[in-house]
Amino acid sequence: MAETPTSFAKASPSRWLIVTIPYLWLVLFFAAPFFIIFKISLSDTAIAMPPYEPVFEGFASLGDFLSKLDFENYQSLWGDSLYLSAYLSSLRIAAISTLLLLMIGYPMALAMARAPSTIRPTLMMMVILPFWTSFLIRVYAWIGILKPEGLLTAALHAVGLMAPDQQVEIYRTDYAVFIGIVYSYLPFMVLPLYSALEKLDGTLLEAASDLGCPPWKAFWKITFPLSLPGVIAGSMICFIPITGEFVIPDLLGGPETLMIGRTLWVEFFGNRDWPLASAVAVVLLLALVVPIVIFQNQQQKVR
Amino acid sequence: MAKSLGPVKRKFSPWTDPSATPFIRFENVTKTYGDFTAVDNLTLDIYEREFFSLLGPSGCGKTTLMRMLAGFEEPTSGRILLQGQDLAGVPPYRRPTNMMFQSYALFPHMTVEKNIAFGLEQDGLQKADIKARVEEMLKLVKLEPFAKRKPAQLSGGQRQRVALARSLAKQPKVLLLDEPLGALDRKLREETQFELMDIQHTLGLTFLIVTHDQEEAMTVSDRIAVMDKGVIVQVATPAEIYEAPNCRYVADFIGDINILEGKVTAEGGAPVSPGHPPVMTLVSEGLQIAVEQECPAAVGDAVAFAVRPEKVRISLDQPADTAVNAAHGEVWDIGYLGDFSVFLVKLDDGRIIRAAQANVSRLVDRPITYGDKVWLKWPLDAGLVLTR
Repeated sequence: MAETPTSFAKASPSRWLIVTIPYLWLVLFFAAPFFIIFKISLSDTAIAMPPYEPVFEGFASLGDFLSKLDFENYQSLWGDSLYLSAYLSSLRIAAISTLLLLMIGYPMALAMARAPSTIRPTLMMMVILPFWTSFLIRVYAWIGILKPEGLLTAALHAVGLMAPDQQVEIYRTDYAVFIGIVYSYLPFMVLPLYSALEKLDGTLLEAASDLGCPPWKAFWKITFPLSLPGVIAGSMICFIPITGEFVIPDLLGGPETLMIGRTLWVEFFGNRDWPLASAVAVVLLLALVVPIVIFQNQQQKVR
Repeated sequence: MAKSLGPVKRKFSPWTDPSATPFIRFENVTKTYGDFTAVDNLTLDIYEREFFSLLGPSGCGKTTLMRMLAGFEEPTSGRILLQGQDLAGVPPYRRPTNMMFQSYALFPHMTVEKNIAFGLEQDGLQKADIKARVEEMLKLVKLEPFAKRKPAQLSGGQRQRVALARSLAKQPKVLLLDEPLGALDRKLREETQFELMDIQHTLGLTFLIVTHDQEEAMTVSDRIAVMDKGVIVQVATPAEIYEAPNCRYVADFIGDINILEGKVTAEGGAPVSPGHPPVMTLVSEGLQIAVEQECPAAVGDAVAFAVRPEKVRISLDQPADTAVNAAHGEVWDIGYLGDFSVFLVKLDDGRIIRAAQANVSRLVDRPITYGDKVWLKWPLDAGLVLTR
């Protein structure tokens, strides 16, 4: 094999360092915690602090240690329909939210990409601006707006769209969860869409029009197919974290809002069943790794 | 392989026939962008089956004019008529024109086949008809083996052919070509120019081409409109533009030319022989010049004498008559072009005149070389006097 000047055999130590740091980071802060969680999920609860059997008891009792591990927690996950329906409900909420985000984010991104280049930085700034306030504070603000005696009710009373004896009944329902999710994740949808649409060559649309294609049809034949990488990126970036979302359903959702993030929290801190909670977390992770892999493949294909 | 030649080029000059109706008519068309006037009160007629060029430097308004015909821009004032019908307000997707874009604008997510079929699909044609037409087009541009490729998998020349096939597929009344060959290398460009002419003759369509390449315009066009700053300076056949430019701008823009500023000394001299125009004379810094031409100015007026380098003879020997149309100087520089050599001769008064000589023999050492004292001589009908 011909040696190239950039081959790793000849690479300088600083080059190695640059490559190693992110991997080291992943091993330390992703792989290691994951294996600890995975181990806990295979063990049993114990009256201890923290409430599970030690992660590792030394090499002397390795055989004994391994023999105590089993998939009991996973079996109980499968056995109790609560967990399955929590997973499915999470996926359903994430899917609907992602669809809503696409429907709202796409026109926004398109308008931004078609705006005069002088005002684009301002529009971009406005999309990013909410990040300057804490996420929690913004979700709490939605409670203030949506609660029965909140701003929305007051506003509707003021303009006379609602009788004075009625109140908005959105807070602590799935609707509030959707509003909160769509609001919080919108920038994550808009930005990848914008970057895909901004790259689109305007003469392609002129060519389509020249060949007899009216604008609305050209959107579906040219603009949308060419923005698909952005659609996929935005959808993945939103769908994956929404599935495991905890804060928004906890603060805005009602008792019947079933999401796996909440279940996880209840298992950990309500029931103090850390091994079972760990099993929930491991299954959630696996459920999300699959879409990530699909996403990666898709990106590879685009390149 | 012997290339099949298209039909013999016919004598074609509908613009000389006052009864012919123009196919495309620009009527006092003006287009402004803010304070900038891209096209200024322009009137132009183009006839059916004509291969018409808009030629000019970048920013002269030629592309704007074409885009107004395609419908991407609306004129600020004036009318554009196609077969007598006013195109105002007709969107691009309803105009019977198709355009080949400078960047080709091929749809990157579609195969060659799909790109060519795109326009046909918009017309709601039958699947089988579309397929047949696409195959016909692929054959026309010799791209049959590449039907299933995406544009990114093609070379520049192939992409250009796809763009041409796509714009021809719908058999537009007018094909608009925006700098169609700009991205191709010289050899391929020349070949394609002749193919374009072939296709135009075979299909009998009207072609309107925008270019800044005068050679390209000369090769392909029936007529050329030379544009400058939003106005048309001259509309004529390539030969007329070359041999009889109507002003310094056109003379200078098309090909190589010597321009000598001078003053008219006499007009309406006796013709050399019956049937020839009268002879006028002018003086340019002591150089006596006589031209067979109806005098376009009065005695004493400042005019320019323009003569193409290939019409100026260069020799080491003194010509018989050195009183008029002759100059003496020294070879300042030589440009060897293979088929031609261009001599830059510095006159005794310091001005430079270019003279071109065909290299008819295979001598590597030319008889005339740097520093040689030479004579320049040109006949009465070689140059022309310009007033603008």
